[in-house]
Amino acid sequence: MTGYLVRRLLATIPVLGLVAVFVFLLLQMTPGDPAVVIAGDYATTQQVEAIRQQLGLDRPMLEQLVSWLGRLAQGDLGHSIFSRLPVTSLIAQRIEPTLVLTLFTVVLSIAFALPLGVLAAYRAGSWVDRAVMGFAVLGFSTPVFVVGFLLVYVFALGLEWFPTQGYVPLAEGLFGCLRSLTLPAITLALLYAALLARVTRASMLEVLAEDYVRTAHAKGLAPQPVLVGHALKNAAVPIVTVIGVGIAALLGGVVVTETVFNIPGLGRLTADAIMRRDYPVVQGLILLFASVYVLVNLLVDLSYMLFDPRIRL
Amino acid sequence: MMDHSAAAMAPSPVWRRMATGLQFLRRHPVILFGLVVLLASVAVALAAPYLLPDPKAINPIYRLRPPGEAFWFGTDHLGRSILSRSLHGTRISLAVGIMVAVAVTLAGVTIGLLSGFLRRFDSLMMRVMDGIMAIPGVLLAIALMSLFGSSLQNVVIAISIPEIPRMARLVRSAVLSIREQPYIDAAITNGTRLPRLLFCHVLPNTMAPVLVQATYVFASAMILEAVLSFLGAGTPPEVASWGNMMAEGRQYLQRAPWMAAFPGVMLAFLVLTVNVVGDAMRDVLDPRLAGKLK
Repeated sequence: MTGYLVRRLLATIPVLGLVAVFVFLLLQMTPGDPAVVIAGDYATTQQVEAIRQQLGLDRPMLEQLVSWLGRLAQGDLGHSIFSRLPVTSLIAQRIEPTLVLTLFTVVLSIAFALPLGVLAAYRAGSWVDRAVMGFAVLGFSTPVFVVGFLLVYVFALGLEWFPTQGYVPLAEGLFGCLRSLTLPAITLALLYAALLARVTRASMLEVLAEDYVRTAHAKGLAPQPVLVGHALKNAAVPIVTVIGVGIAALLGGVVVTETVFNIPGLGRLTADAIMRRDYPVVQGLILLFASVYVLVNLLVDLSYMLFDPRIRL
Repeated sequence: MMDHSAAAMAPSPVWRRMATGLQFLRRHPVILFGLVVLLASVAVALAAPYLLPDPKAINPIYRLRPPGEAFWFGTDHLGRSILSRSLHGTRISLAVGIMVAVAVTLAGVTIGLLSGFLRRFDSLMMRVMDGIMAIPGVLLAIALMSLFGSSLQNVVIAISIPEIPRMARLVRSAVLSIREQPYIDAAITNGTRLPRLLFCHVLPNTMAPVLVQATYVFASAMILEAVLSFLGAGTPPEVASWGNMMAEGRQYLQRAPWMAAFPGVMLAFLVLTVNVVGDAMRDVLDPRLAGKLK
């Protein structure tokens, strides 16, 4: 087990290393001079030169790559071109809203999607099933900002139950914080819940056809313990896999949702940094998001053992 | 049976093929409905410039008019017709969707086919694909756009890159199972060279899942294009794309909700249609799953 964990952690290094190289190359692939692109249309020659020096673009490419990877290994993500602050401290300032938002979204999606998926599979072919599957297709066909606008229009502008935008920090109370994030979380959750409901249904359908489920029903167990105890537990592996893979879509959605609702989190930081061509910040954030994705999926792999004792790590 | 013999009597193979096609559509109304909607959208996209007023025509006297007789969908903050702009937006969405689907399919199939047969290439390529997949697609696309600059061509490239790995993995996994089939051994024994083997024996057998995946890529490309435009990193702001219109509508959500509503609903409806067609095709092409759903 420990050996496996160490091996898996080591195996994430090449993937993240590849992402780091890729992020590095992104800047080099820029058509024309990257320093000119970053400096923008109205920059003076001196400004362009300053950026070139700060990013080390005047040195040979291989040397740049080696020093970039070396600094990364020490946890140094460089400095923002605009605010001159270290990228790590910019991230630290903005991480709270995003963390609360994503956790809220994941909890909301699971609480909503799992029962729906189980029910749809249990009543396969019925109107419940059709309604749930209809909701699922609708969920990942509707762009995040369309859902966001609709919710703002109805629940914030119309009914005035929730604020239209902004974020109340955790320090000012959990209730106010969650209230300010309710609409954004529902917006984000729709896509994620649709994905989960669909895979839950598919996975449950497969398990419900197994002999041991029939046996459980035959020995007179009530439907609920059969569904949850026998079936759902065995259907869990594909479900948690999708929870992990869906993190990428979720993190992408965060960028859009935080822009729609004006939440000062990492997503907003990303969108702003990209618009300003603040490249060190963009690189740092892409790396951070990729690391989160890789780590969450590592946790997902480890969780397989909980659900299926046949899987030995 | 009747249809069968009628088809057999049809005058030429082309007619026979069309008859089978029609029969197929009659049996799968969802696909028929989806195709009708898609064809209608294509017709609207092609006809929009000839039938509707200029989507860029500014008319300050008529600004922020609600939907009514003169302007069916209302007007925006510059007095431009939302109807004209929304329908012109169909052009951008469809064009991006189709181009991305084609580009991703070509790239994904090429990488997948080669990965399935060449060990060295495989181990390298799959690591690269893992790396790309670890970056959220939206993020990668906006990062690429910020470097490339906004144009339709760059939007297509920026959206295609994050979509390629999934297609490549899908084709690769199909190829790996096809490779074990006896007919492949037979072809190799007969001295078939690799290019012919790949294109004539392997490729046709991967087409079913590829077609379904291409539909999903089509749908998600339209969403991603709108997201990019909405964030200001997509098509140039003066172009009437649905994402641009929604970004403008955001400032007027309270005073003029129709500005965001019409492009939003049209986008959601078109994406929904494509996804539903994709689902229906998957059910048809994957009898294992269709049997289970029965």
